[in-house]
Amino acid sequence: MRMENTIYTRSYGAPPWNRREILRYAGVKGDTSELDALLQSCLDEVEDKLVYRVCYREFAVTQHPAYFDLGFLKSASAGLKKNLSGCESIILFAATIGIEIDRLIARSATVSATKALLFQAIGAERIESLCDAFNCNITEQKAAEGLRTRPRFSAGYGDFPLEAQKDIFAVLDCSRRIGLTLNESLLMSPSKSVTAIIGVGR
Amino acid sequence: MKITDYLKDHILYLDGGMGTLLQEEGLLPGELPERWNMSHPDIITKIHRDYYDAGSHVVNTNTFGASSLKFSAEELDTIVRSAIANARAAACESCGQQPKWVALDIGPTGRMLKPYGDFDFEDAVSVFSETVRLGVKYGADLIMIETMNDSYETKAALLAAKENSDLPIFVSNAYGEDGKLMTGADPTAMVAMLEGMGADAVGINCSLGPRALRSVAEKYLQYASVPVLLKPNAGLPKAVNGRTVYDVLPREFSEEISDLICKGVRVAGGCCGTTPEYISATVKATIHAKPVKLDTKSITCVSSYTHAVIFGESPILIGERINPTGKKRFKEALRAHDMDYILKEGISQQEKGVHILDVNVGLPEINEADMLREAVCELQAIIDLPLQIDTSDPAAMEAALRRYNGKAMINSVNGKQESMDAVFPLAKKYGGLIVALTLDENGIPAKAEGRLAIARRILAEAEKYGIEKKDIIFDPLAMTISADKYAATETIRAVGLIKRELGCHTSLGISNVSFGLPSRDMVNGTFFALTLGQGLSAAIMNPYSQEMMKAYHSYRALMGLDENCAAYIDFAETAPQPTSPSALERNAAPSEKEYASELQRAIVKGLKEQAAQMTAGLLHTLAPLQIVQEQIIPALNIVGEGFEKKTVYLPQLLMSAEAAKSAFEVIKANMAEEKTGDKCTFVIATVEGDIHDIGKNIVKLILENYGFCVTDLGRDVSPDEIVACTVRLHAPIVGLSALMTTTVPAMEKTIRQLRREAPWCRIVVGGAVLNQEYADAIGADKYAKDAMETVRYAEEINKTLMESRI
Repeated sequence: MRMENTIYTRSYGAPPWNRREILRYAGVKGDTSELDALLQSCLDEVEDKLVYRVCYREFAVTQHPAYFDLGFLKSASAGLKKNLSGCESIILFAATIGIEIDRLIARSATVSATKALLFQAIGAERIESLCDAFNCNITEQKAAEGLRTRPRFSAGYGDFPLEAQKDIFAVLDCSRRIGLTLNESLLMSPSKSVTAIIGVGR
Repeated sequence: MKITDYLKDHILYLDGGMGTLLQEEGLLPGELPERWNMSHPDIITKIHRDYYDAGSHVVNTNTFGASSLKFSAEELDTIVRSAIANARAAACESCGQQPKWVALDIGPTGRMLKPYGDFDFEDAVSVFSETVRLGVKYGADLIMIETMNDSYETKAALLAAKENSDLPIFVSNAYGEDGKLMTGADPTAMVAMLEGMGADAVGINCSLGPRALRSVAEKYLQYASVPVLLKPNAGLPKAVNGRTVYDVLPREFSEEISDLICKGVRVAGGCCGTTPEYISATVKATIHAKPVKLDTKSITCVSSYTHAVIFGESPILIGERINPTGKKRFKEALRAHDMDYILKEGISQQEKGVHILDVNVGLPEINEADMLREAVCELQAIIDLPLQIDTSDPAAMEAALRRYNGKAMINSVNGKQESMDAVFPLAKKYGGLIVALTLDENGIPAKAEGRLAIARRILAEAEKYGIEKKDIIFDPLAMTISADKYAATETIRAVGLIKRELGCHTSLGISNVSFGLPSRDMVNGTFFALTLGQGLSAAIMNPYSQEMMKAYHSYRALMGLDENCAAYIDFAETAPQPTSPSALERNAAPSEKEYASELQRAIVKGLKEQAAQMTAGLLHTLAPLQIVQEQIIPALNIVGEGFEKKTVYLPQLLMSAEAAKSAFEVIKANMAEEKTGDKCTFVIATVEGDIHDIGKNIVKLILENYGFCVTDLGRDVSPDEIVACTVRLHAPIVGLSALMTTTVPAMEKTIRQLRREAPWCRIVVGGAVLNQEYADAIGADKYAKDAMETVRYAEEINKTLMESRI
């Protein structure tokens, strides 16, 4: 089977926790002493409830004067063109930390809005950390082949339309691989999830 | 021969992968494989034939994604017809001598069901139903529901299959390496739900190789009474020299499967990456294996969307607090449609350690079916305990059972013919553990023997429906000892009799026994202990009662059910001790000069419990409104101003708001007349298509703090609903929230409709994607960047309203 036809799935252990990032997502600056105990209890509660799953697929890409052929989608986005300049292929991936964080956010919303906000922030930090961990793996793997990776780029950035999510979901089989689905309004469920493109080139 | 008959004493072989083979044949990324039934019938038929030749009894039609979500009605019809024809042709052409069947393959829709996605449960049932009806029309032999990674969607598919066909149904789920479905269900939960609903075989496919799925398969074998199915992947894909190979080869695959067949797996095949070679290796390796006899497990259990609760030696606690009987505040909450109140009762009972939640929302003046369905859906969105659905209205029971994500406890049936005629068909269709009360047309027999006789009759009637003994739990009814001094002794005897004579589990509503007595807790605890001694399996009880929890934990420790008495010690150490007044004072002592009062300090610092405690204390000396005006509102203002000046951040603002809310709750409970706020009505909603509600909830909380009567319509609310509510309440302000750019059009539509039908109302909008420019473009009156700005705006409008009234 050709490699391009294969969707790979990876599960990770918890990436390192970044408390400062969590507080930043929660909108807190400076003194956090009043929040520390509450944040810790949220972290304890969330710890064994998350999964860290990624599915991905590699596509050869070609640049045309008017558009970029991503192998699964032709895009005229200028932002994407700039990001992928000089790339021969891309890694298209989807990542999620699972549905439990959504349940925790909803559950805490009925008893404590503060906790709901903190879980929200924890979820944001976790999914970013997962993407970083995956991205780091890919960068190392490609470096071994003498290739460099570009910063990851998602649908909805700049002029790369959110509608591209439909094409991404069509080729990544996200629901089966990692339990990630796309709603009609192009929201993802579970909500703490990311899809992105990592350009690979010399 | 019917496949279910063949399965009684044979091992059944399924086929292997389809998608991976189609890719080899040139299926492009993103291309829909179901269309190949028409465009490449020769290739599809050949793959099926190769599987039959390899020894498969069953092949799945190439219809994994065939649903009305992806195809028009016409094309869907053609796909299912061609797919079944292709499989039939393969069966005719194959040289295999084994009996052959064609399974209509049904995969997941790829959409997430509500509340965490936007796909409605009944819509999912309809989508699956269409495919099932076509499968029946074109002559499939059985239905294979497979690769489902969400329990709720699995239920929708199974329900659709049962409602639209009489064909045998096999149901297979995809488990992750953590041994759970993607949405959290473990094998015991799935077996409980699927067997309860009448699946003919249950099992596991896809996601991992046979070795990684071994522990999940063993769990199925331990709990399932119906045949267990196993259809793993050929391991995981790996890139080798620019090509993809799966890391488990046919030989290893067949050895693993063979071993699990010896342990009891009765239906075997392969999923992604497996080929006819894998199937033929598996058939060869197990051709002489004797099928393990199916044994009925007789496990009494219920399940939620994550786990099963099994009735056995350790007593099961069923929280009784979600019930309006005798609770003024609860009735008010029901009338006001205050779901949060019900959810909080659920969460706090779970925190107290109950295993199941009883749910009763019956009030004469509300539509019980709607309310019960909604309560069940809301509870199961955030609480992973199994539910006991408590109603005497069969329509409400069905509405709730249909939407319940698991195997529910059904409360209740009794020995009256009318009751059994109504409840047993529902239990048969949706599954469930039925609580059966030992009373009949003649009332409750005084003697235990009379109650046993009714229990026997109930069992006999249940058998007519094919409902097994294990799915009935008897409640021999606790009666008050203040009316009859032998009331308790007969109930205690009945528990023992039913257990010994019928081998059935029992459950009791404990609290009735002490009705009319002082210090009821004391009697309840002792009665509970006595019935446990007779083998009581479960109790519907108040988990806030210390005496009940003491009896429960001591019983478990005494009966050897609590390893190292760990749970008992934990309970004893955290059980609240009677607090001395001096301790309370010490807590409240250090007063900081900068605050006008202790309550004010508690609110500013966000101390929830203290705020409530101090409010209760102040109510002895001050009028409720005085506390609100002089203490709570000024405290909120301190925090609100701090937030606006950026010396206080959102989490701190919220902590204070919560503390203020807990103070309000205390005041509310003490006020004679219920009045939620003294300011005007504020209708709030997240617009259609958007399921984010944290921002909306924050605004709601702060508005409530400031005395506005907030009507929260929730998230993903249609323009019609928002308009209807605004008109009905003649609300002067509407707040709309949206997080996604894709849902801003829904906001705009809502505003247009509001302008037309509720021209008096002012509209404030907020949310991550909005800004002043957007807000102007869609015609909102106000863009508020945060909760405080919304409050300020609402206060302006309220003020104008008040002035115009004078």
